[in-house]
Amino acid sequence: MATKLLKRPKLTFGEKIYLPAIAKGLIITLGHAVRTFLQINAKKPKFTMEYPEEKWDAQLPDYYRGAPALVTDEHGRERCVSCQLCEFICPPRAITITPGELPKDDAFAKVEKAPREFKIDMIRCIYCGMCEEVCPEQAIFLRKDYAITGTSRAEMVHDKTRLYEIGGIRTGLVNKWNDLK
Amino acid sequence: MARRPLVKNFTKGACCGHPSFHIEPLGIFPDPMSEPTVAPAATDAKPSVEMVNVQVDGVWMKFPKGMRMIKALEEAAKVIPHYCYHPKLSSPGNCRMCLVEMGMPSRPAPGQSEPEKDEHGFAKIQWIPRPAISCANTISEGMGIRTASTMVEEVRKGVMEFLLINHPLDCPICDQAGECRLQEFSVGFGRGQSRFQDEKVHKPKNQDIGARIVLDDERCIMCSRCVRFSSEIADEDVLGFTERGSQTVLTTHPGQRLDHNYSLNTVDICPVGALTSKDFRFQMRVWFLKETPSVCTGCARGCNTEIGSREGVIYRQTPRQNDDVNSTWMCDQGRLDFHWVNSDRRLIDPMLKDGAHHRTTTWPQAVSAVADKLRGLRGDQIAIIGSGRMTNEELFMLKKLAAALKTESLDIVPRTGAADNYLVSADRNPNTAGAGLIFCDRPGSTLATIRQKVASGEIKAVIAWRENLLEQAGFTVEELSQLEVLVAAHVMANAMAELAHVVLPTAAWSEKRGSMINATGRLQRLNKASEPPGNARDDWEVLRDLTQALTGTNGLYLVEDVFKSMATEIPELGGLSLGKIGEAGLPLLPSSEVIPLLHREADRKTRGIIVG
Repeated sequence: MATKLLKRPKLTFGEKIYLPAIAKGLIITLGHAVRTFLQINAKKPKFTMEYPEEKWDAQLPDYYRGAPALVTDEHGRERCVSCQLCEFICPPRAITITPGELPKDDAFAKVEKAPREFKIDMIRCIYCGMCEEVCPEQAIFLRKDYAITGTSRAEMVHDKTRLYEIGGIRTGLVNKWNDLK
Repeated sequence: MARRPLVKNFTKGACCGHPSFHIEPLGIFPDPMSEPTVAPAATDAKPSVEMVNVQVDGVWMKFPKGMRMIKALEEAAKVIPHYCYHPKLSSPGNCRMCLVEMGMPSRPAPGQSEPEKDEHGFAKIQWIPRPAISCANTISEGMGIRTASTMVEEVRKGVMEFLLINHPLDCPICDQAGECRLQEFSVGFGRGQSRFQDEKVHKPKNQDIGARIVLDDERCIMCSRCVRFSSEIADEDVLGFTERGSQTVLTTHPGQRLDHNYSLNTVDICPVGALTSKDFRFQMRVWFLKETPSVCTGCARGCNTEIGSREGVIYRQTPRQNDDVNSTWMCDQGRLDFHWVNSDRRLIDPMLKDGAHHRTTTWPQAVSAVADKLRGLRGDQIAIIGSGRMTNEELFMLKKLAAALKTESLDIVPRTGAADNYLVSADRNPNTAGAGLIFCDRPGSTLATIRQKVASGEIKAVIAWRENLLEQAGFTVEELSQLEVLVAAHVMANAMAELAHVVLPTAAWSEKRGSMINATGRLQRLNKASEPPGNARDDWEVLRDLTQALTGTNGLYLVEDVFKSMATEIPELGGLSLGKIGEAGLPLLPSSEVIPLLHREADRKTRGIIVG
């Protein structure tokens, strides 16, 4: 195959020392900076959000999958009966439940069972929502909390107290443990 | 293609009491249940069994005459859902779940001498338009059974719907969930949804009916297995039904409780979650449990068990069927004797006595400390006391250690109690027979002599393996304190370990593989369900290291090697290996012991009360 010889372009002195090109670049940058400054001053609409001072939380859809949490219902009953189905289904094995028995004098003693401890390791959690889907008691829900932080691994494990704190009270759930049951 | 007649031959084989099958040359398909290890001569050996031809789902098969339909169908590999039927109990036929379609051979039409024949030469079957229960009916010549017809499917759906009418569906809090027949059959044969509109009947829940049992009457489906177990097997007729119709409840006799030593078997046989164990209640869902076949070490019976563990923690122990040992039962005492395995009193580090206190050390240091202490002593100054709770492999290694130390003072500590009339043996050591075969001539006979020699100062060193000598063996603190060397290998912290110069932590029965010989001379195998805690080690490995420290290498790396080496030295074990023992064990030594519960079971089987 014939070899095609390319001729190297002959650079001028100005091109060889690069300085004009650098100056040109600085001018473009400065131009953008000035335009942005003017834009902010003129209160024109902007497209970036100043996280974490500003948050998008109000716009999060209802189906948003944030941190899983346990809920209590309007009667103050903890919904979870520690059936351990979420522990079973959890793909990254983030959930650890220690089942327990409700004392006989408990207001909801007929439910018999409640978790003694319920831990979700938020380092492991992948926010897949399978725990919510599998729950036969409507006890675990993925909330809109997404900024789960901590300074140690132990802090990243949500215990029962923390989970009920995040979950709060949820109304309108099926009360299968009511008087008919 | 023309259908060839498919005829199979089912007989009872003589081997180990398990059914064996022999397929006649006509059989086209291999029988999925046939065991290749069973000699095909089984039918020839028992020619007296009269066989009858039965058509099962269109295939003609042979079964022994008088067999229950459900048993024949089981042997034909058909799945027949059932609740009340249990092979070891009488069949009241009250759950109606095992209904099948049944037909009888047609009779000759008027004026004809022969009935009409089908293409296989059997009389044509006339199907009965109503279903029949397979658990209480027996098969007969020329009979036909359909297990998958529309009628059968419909009646199963109907039965399931009725059973679920008053069922509380509280599976999320029910311990039976995951191994519940109601769940399984509802998915397999039920309708999938309820048409029942009215309020469910409410019955008492969470009732304390015994020391170890909780009863939930709403979940009960009135199969009466527990009632029959209590009256037929445990001879304590404390359970029964009261009220009528949909109000029927299971209850205990007034003033009585379900407290007998076999009560937890009712929990095992309960097909639903009506009876649950207080010990296992709400501890762990069953689907998490790893099931390891093992053997109970509570007494010399050696009941076959299944250990349910999760992540190294044992949650329950249930009986495993072995018709030569424990049928399908076990006593509550043996079943619940596992909590110490998870206890915080376990020894987890080897320890050396340093002045008045013990300090933890490493295994190499502990082993060389024992070797150093013993090296200066003569053989007749050392005694080795083993335990009837050790496996054959461990006893063999202990014997090797005795040989290395040239001592002849060796024995185990006998442990006896009252035998009951069911399964519990008077000998509470699980492996006395193994100790007699491998370790010492007459287990327990020289213990008093050893104690005397310890008291007189003749014996200066004692190695006590898996026994607290202050308990059953009756040694006193003074006797053990005057010893120059006391080595204690044990699983639990105890008073003797306190006195010992070297403490070696070892493994519980559920944490090792090994074999034992029970009271009826049967060789059985333990399997590993969990790991020993901390730095505790398998007993045979510690013994191997000790012997090695005294004599040099011995080339044993696996517990299988120990068994192999044992099999070459002990003629009774010749040709065997740990693997060959199998999950059901092997009869090894002659024994005249009769197991009362099995004796009565065999009698009931002969009389046709149970299927067995």
